[in-house]
Amino acid sequence: MRLYRVYKEGQLKALVKVLGIESTAHTFGVGVVDIEKDNFILADARAQYSPAVGGIHPREAARFMAENAPKVLRSALEEAKLKIRELDAIAVALGPGLGPCLRVGATVARTLAAYYEKPLVPVNHAVAHVEIGIKLTGAKDPVVVYLSGGNTLVAAFVEGRYRVFGETLDIALGNLLDVFAREVGLGPPYVVKGVHVVDACAEKGEEVLDLPYVVRGQDVAFSGLLTAALRLFKKGKKLEDICLTLREMAYNAVVEVAARCLVHTGKREVMLVGGVTASPYLREKFEKMCKLYDAELRVVPPRYAVDNGVMIAWTGALAYSKGIVVPVEDAVIRQRWRIDEVDIPWRNQLYRRFLRQK
Amino acid sequence: MEEPTLSPILEAEVVFSTPQGFRGREVLVLESIIACGAEALLIRGKFMGLPAIVKWRPQKPYRHPLFDKRLRYERTLAEAKTLHRAKKLGVLVPSVFYVDPDSSIIIMEYIDGKIFKEYINELSIDDACTVSREVGKYAALLHSDGIAHGDLTTSNVVVKGEDVYLIDFGLSVTSADLEDVGIDVHIYLRSLESAHYALCKELFECFMQGYRAVAGSDYAEKVLRKVKEIRLRGRYVKERRRVVEE
Repeated sequence: MRLYRVYKEGQLKALVKVLGIESTAHTFGVGVVDIEKDNFILADARAQYSPAVGGIHPREAARFMAENAPKVLRSALEEAKLKIRELDAIAVALGPGLGPCLRVGATVARTLAAYYEKPLVPVNHAVAHVEIGIKLTGAKDPVVVYLSGGNTLVAAFVEGRYRVFGETLDIALGNLLDVFAREVGLGPPYVVKGVHVVDACAEKGEEVLDLPYVVRGQDVAFSGLLTAALRLFKKGKKLEDICLTLREMAYNAVVEVAARCLVHTGKREVMLVGGVTASPYLREKFEKMCKLYDAELRVVPPRYAVDNGVMIAWTGALAYSKGIVVPVEDAVIRQRWRIDEVDIPWRNQLYRRFLRQK
Repeated sequence: MEEPTLSPILEAEVVFSTPQGFRGREVLVLESIIACGAEALLIRGKFMGLPAIVKWRPQKPYRHPLFDKRLRYERTLAEAKTLHRAKKLGVLVPSVFYVDPDSSIIIMEYIDGKIFKEYINELSIDDACTVSREVGKYAALLHSDGIAHGDLTTSNVVVKGEDVYLIDFGLSVTSADLEDVGIDVHIYLRSLESAHYALCKELFECFMQGYRAVAGSDYAEKVLRKVKEIRLRGRYVKERRRVVEE
């Protein structure tokens, strides 16, 4: 399968405006960026699927996206005051994510690209999170900690790619918190006034109970922790204490892996991306850790730390500037597209420049 | 990274933690920090006149104090126990002189040898093979008792004269399943590949000779199949090496 072909740089026309489509999990987002402007975000429209009960059902989420896609697309174009013809390229998140949801975004993107004869740029969702984070926080060469409902990984740019230093062996951190909240009746909704319900509940906890702390080498594992926490709840332990312990174990494991990555790579920055990083308590832990290792902490603003179309558009623009495009007929989704499978040619150059400055 | 210095706080904590009845400063003399990892500090010194290494897991401000204390206590104790178990199995490891899990300190023998990784190129292929075979034997011995080293790389092998020592059991697991065992062997192979590419095949074959001699070829085959499976998962293909600046 050809995923993309690379044009010579000379063949590209001057790049100005890119539209990006995001549909990997619960958010259908359309963003438009203009990389020549200081205020590079021209439009940021999104529709978020939130189930009344339970977690995300992929088929229901996909149906929601299909219903809302035209509306979101139209509002993004209106906000950017652009017609589709005026765009230079269409970028789309082809993975990783939920298959049915990804297909909605991919279908919209393929249609636009084919009908309006625009180049189609494939974007990896995880890379997009990192790139928008670097753009917005001004980080140069950070250790990236990506924590969301579906992803838990610590990565750093080494030899042309974002290499994974540690990740979860089973469920993601956000998934752990949400499922626990759901099972003990704290949610949904899982986030109230910007604070996760488990976080809020843990504030009243006093005692650290006995729950497994799993850091295996550079990786973390949370499913055993979830089972053990639910067992304690059934035994009738105080919910606040369980929340406190759960939070401690889960957050510490991630901070520890990030600290190892920091020492191992010798980098001097840590960047937090993804929905879970909105937790003030998690940030506090990272702040303390960074102080200890003399690193700078950069936190992506919440609005762009969660899934959005702007990050896809921005990363699409970076990739397009290096000639990365995909023929419409080859633009298939990749549910398990790992961040370390993606070459990052644009950062090689930036990175070299950065090293020279250093 | 900058050279860390001995802070007065560290000195105080180490000295006061020595058992009652000893006068701290005479029992333990600290000389210099030799390594500062993500989890622990290694300090060279003398314990009752013997060359020693103090491994100290400092408090981490980002952890809840209660949990931090428990974790450091458990890890210190586990490491000391594993070192002891390994020694009983006939694996050469540093002798543990003193353990204080309450202040998360292990004082152990300082092995005055050379680190295999740095020394490998000075060795003839036969000598390097002998060392690697010995490591294979050790690995099989540990695995037979359910211990996985957790970080079995050529930098954690110390050669002192004829003797080969394994060091740093900080990441060890004492209830190892086939996965842990496979990861141990895989990490060793990866460390050979990344630092000693030309000799990697021969040295790994030597390692497996030693492994087979202890664990039997059936079990060794099982482990090798697991290693293959782990490598096919993909993420280990070309990663986790320190960045080589262009």
